[in-house]
Amino acid sequence: MTRLYHIIKYVFLITWSLFVVFPFLWALSTSFKDANAITSGARYLPWVEFKPSTIGWSSLFAGDSQGINIIDPFINSAQVTLIAAFISLVLGTLAAYGLSRYKFRAGFVKNSDITFFFISQRVMPPIVLAIPFFLMLKEINALDSILGLVIVYIALLLPIAVWVMIDFFESIPRELDEMAMIDGCTPVGAFFRVILPNSIAGLVVAGMFCLIFGWNDFFFAFILTFTETQLLPVAIVSLNSSVTPWWSLSAFALISVTPLALVAIFVERFMARGTLAGAVR
Amino acid sequence: MFKAKYFFLLPALLTLVAIILFPLLFTVRVSFSSWDVYQAGLDYIGGKNYLRVFEDVRFWESFARLSLMSFISVTLQYVLGFALALAVWKQVRGGRTLRVIFLIPMMTTPVVMSVIWRTIFHESLGPANDLLGVIGIDAVPWLSSSTGAFVSVLIVEVWQWTPFMFLLLFAGLVSLPREPYLAAAIDGASAWKTFWQVTFPLMGPISIGAIIIRLIEASKIMDTVYVLTSGGPGTATETPSYYIYIRGLRDFQVGYSAALSLIYLVVMIVTLTLIAKFFTRLLNGKEVG
Repeated sequence: MTRLYHIIKYVFLITWSLFVVFPFLWALSTSFKDANAITSGARYLPWVEFKPSTIGWSSLFAGDSQGINIIDPFINSAQVTLIAAFISLVLGTLAAYGLSRYKFRAGFVKNSDITFFFISQRVMPPIVLAIPFFLMLKEINALDSILGLVIVYIALLLPIAVWVMIDFFESIPRELDEMAMIDGCTPVGAFFRVILPNSIAGLVVAGMFCLIFGWNDFFFAFILTFTETQLLPVAIVSLNSSVTPWWSLSAFALISVTPLALVAIFVERFMARGTLAGAVR
Repeated sequence: MFKAKYFFLLPALLTLVAIILFPLLFTVRVSFSSWDVYQAGLDYIGGKNYLRVFEDVRFWESFARLSLMSFISVTLQYVLGFALALAVWKQVRGGRTLRVIFLIPMMTTPVVMSVIWRTIFHESLGPANDLLGVIGIDAVPWLSSSTGAFVSVLIVEVWQWTPFMFLLLFAGLVSLPREPYLAAAIDGASAWKTFWQVTFPLMGPISIGAIIIRLIEASKIMDTVYVLTSGGPGTATETPSYYIYIRGLRDFQVGYSAALSLIYLVVMIVTLTLIAKFFTRLLNGKEVG
């Protein structure tokens, strides 16, 4: 019975792992193909089933003559994601701390309503805000710019930061704040000197979520930029809708998902320690 | 004295309000106008757009489709994610590596992976049909038939987001208390019984949290559909987001698409709140009984 269970378990784990890894391996294999290797049907193993070629990878760095440019979108994506994630994390952490330690009241609005306002932004479908954002950025001359995207992405990421950090601060005992203040810290000083250094785990988790949702957003970047400030997801979709060969697409896709795939290693570390559990509830 | 509490809260609150408020109010206002390709401006036509929404069969069909899509994909994600979390919870060979592998899809950009999935589902040159051929199954018209396209979107959604369920549920399993398990072991309960009487109930709150989060995200499905099928063939995979995108940004019916998106938002909020209430009641009922 136990043996049967073990066999089923390992078959399941291996099958799922293959399913998860398959698109990446397929993309890797395709990125080394040329026209011959692709039009002759699905081929998997280089050298065995087809002769590998590096045109897929070299086409990405050949400069504008080939019409494919991965470097600029990569830098743009990195800039927008990092700046927006950083600002969201700073503002979100402050707000989360405020909401977890103080009582706010304005008419019928209480703490829980403010928290709900932040978190409820996640329910908002991007399409609802797309056209007004477009007009708003046009008004302040920020269409097709890093600045414009950063503004919009803050609205996207701030709720995530607040959501993760509130739960995290709730798990830090208030005695810690009180002790710091007895030692002569101001409330703001207590936060920066005592609470913040004890919140690294929460900050890392919140930061990772901000990076994931920032880097992977497509829709806003798609609506609010044209040619000047292309981000990676938009760049690959526009390549996909023109006649771009599979080998270039595959190489492009692999480069654009690799940075965050590496983040998985860090997430696993925090997941196993149970740091995430608090953030979930 | 300036109160410290405002130093903490106000920067974030004011930033978010400043960014969100105008677009939201603008959408409300524009939904009462006839703004389209011919007439760009804020005239006032009353509730005509809203009446049109209620008669728009294509829009409501996209809702039914989204409900079916979210129901199937979130159910699969939950069952698979839970099974994976349980399988690597206790000591497994290569556990860490497996966990990293299981997480990777949720870190990848949906549209970018959809570009790859398109090549996988390619009918004559893609590996999906090739591998099916190996086990003797006829080629499937993945992206050119209604059912095929629908299933393709589901496969990609499950691939992409099961990791998220896995992440939350595994984090939940790790933080479970030990005492109930000791008690179950002393009673000599089987693994099967222990799961249904101890693990599953203890995982109730976190399961509900995870399902609700996934339903919220699933209600916005758009990126995958855009790249994989463009809503097609016909309207076989069109979701409300995608339909509103077509009306608003392709046909440029700004006024009408604003009305559509507000109705969409309201229906989404009401539905999700009801589902959340239902789950919470289910959970409380279980604890009593």
